[in-house]
Amino acid sequence: MQHFPPEPGLHDCVAGGKPLLIKKPVAIRPSEITSKDNYLSRRGFLKAGAIAGGALLTAPVPSAVVPTETHATLKNVGKSRFSTIETPNSYEDITTYNNYYEFGTDKADPVRYAKEFKPHPWSITVAGHAGKTGTFHLDDFIRPFDLEERIYRMRCVEAWSMVIPWVGFSLAAVVRHLQPTSKARYIAFETLHDPARMIGQRSRSLDWPYREGLTIAEATNPLPILAVGLYGEVLPNQNGAPIRLVVPWKYGFKGIKGIVRMRFVEKMPATSWAMAARKEYGFYANVNPEVDHPRWSQARERHIGSGLFASKVPTKMFNGYGEQVAHLYDGLDLRKNF
Amino acid sequence: MDTLRQVRFVWKPAAVLLCLLPALLVVTDAFEITGRLGANPVEEIQDRLGIWALRFIMIALAVTPSRRLSGWSWLSRFRRMLGLFAYFYVLIHFLTWLILDQGLLLSAIAEDLTKRPFITLGFTALVLLTAMATTSTAGMRRRLGRRWQTLHNSVYLIGVLGVWHYWWQVKKDITEPLIYAVILSVLLGLRICWRYKKQHQ
Repeated sequence: MQHFPPEPGLHDCVAGGKPLLIKKPVAIRPSEITSKDNYLSRRGFLKAGAIAGGALLTAPVPSAVVPTETHATLKNVGKSRFSTIETPNSYEDITTYNNYYEFGTDKADPVRYAKEFKPHPWSITVAGHAGKTGTFHLDDFIRPFDLEERIYRMRCVEAWSMVIPWVGFSLAAVVRHLQPTSKARYIAFETLHDPARMIGQRSRSLDWPYREGLTIAEATNPLPILAVGLYGEVLPNQNGAPIRLVVPWKYGFKGIKGIVRMRFVEKMPATSWAMAARKEYGFYANVNPEVDHPRWSQARERHIGSGLFASKVPTKMFNGYGEQVAHLYDGLDLRKNF
Repeated sequence: MDTLRQVRFVWKPAAVLLCLLPALLVVTDAFEITGRLGANPVEEIQDRLGIWALRFIMIALAVTPSRRLSGWSWLSRFRRMLGLFAYFYVLIHFLTWLILDQGLLLSAIAEDLTKRPFITLGFTALVLLTAMATTSTAGMRRRLGRRWQTLHNSVYLIGVLGVWHYWWQVKKDITEPLIYAVILSVLLGLRICWRYKKQHQ
């Protein structure tokens, strides 16, 4: 088990003698001019900055700050042109019906068994072919990016769907920031492996830790985000706190939760569901109504929240995001590469 | 009251009410009187009725072994009723799939029945159970003679089909289907043991 240092300061997150993740945009570091409580709120942050010298107000200010308390409201959340205008599902539907095998295999398990989970302190290790590698405290990892609300459709491989108002930041911005080298062709993600805290990992329902991956082209598309919030609040434990991936044109299981590791690699990484059932789940896992799961049809989906007597609705190619992502798969046989 | 009258006028009506309870709970949960059906009510109804169908098949199959082991012959008075309840739950499980899940969309239904092996299995069990339920009266039993027993032996196959249908339908965690497979193995295994003993006496 990896050891996470308890709440390190801004300078403590240095791994392997490598410098900090953050590129300092201003001469004065926020931690030098504000108390911890103060920099949790941007208003306080800006006020303190103004007092300290005013330079902060003109320079671009790295803004993303995520409080640790559940249900705490996220501040400075921008809107996104990628959000759907469809009505989001209720907070209750989104937080009581989902798959997170780390907390049990039933869709009602995560809300029950993730209640006591403490997603702080948390750190993320970046490894592989990238300029900025090392282990970073989550606060430091997040801070350079801008929070946005992204209301996305979510299509589960089990043929049900929801509309979810995530809060997060662009994965493409993260990738650019970490400066992958030309050798990096894929990103491999891993979830925390800690059976003491994640009850579902005490059974071998999957080969732990949970693993997922994207090609660099997919990861640098504007759609994928690393989500840290839901409905304007801190991401609930059962939905993958403190940080998870959201890739709206792929089946939900690609959205790896509780991320602790990102590796930039040359070869296509092994992914958990493909490892569990190679014939049923592939690396790409693009939503595709024409390629059925061997045991059930993917042509239609049940939209959660539409009521007992609503019929299923047709599933859209790439979950309706074809305009933004179809070009990524030019020349690729999507029947073979499902 | 003698035992037979007691069974007929007290225990059987009580058992009928008890057997209806899981179906009743689905209805009261749908109206949020007793509980809730959750975010995906169609799936919840289908799963609950399906699991009760499987449980009733197991309970009906347990009657004969229980009678032999306990010596309570009155238990066999409940066998037909329990079998018919198994059919009742299989049927409403099927109707939930047909109407609420598939929305009576014929093309999708035909495709699922032929292309999805686990649905084919479940449907086969339904057809066999329909044949058993319609021939469950005393009159039909007389009319069919020897063939009646042959037809009604298909309950063993139905048990296997039911567990298999459940097994193939789950995404990954097979713990629960495995429990039913073990129960079924015991129920069928006992019968095989007894038959073997009888032949070698």
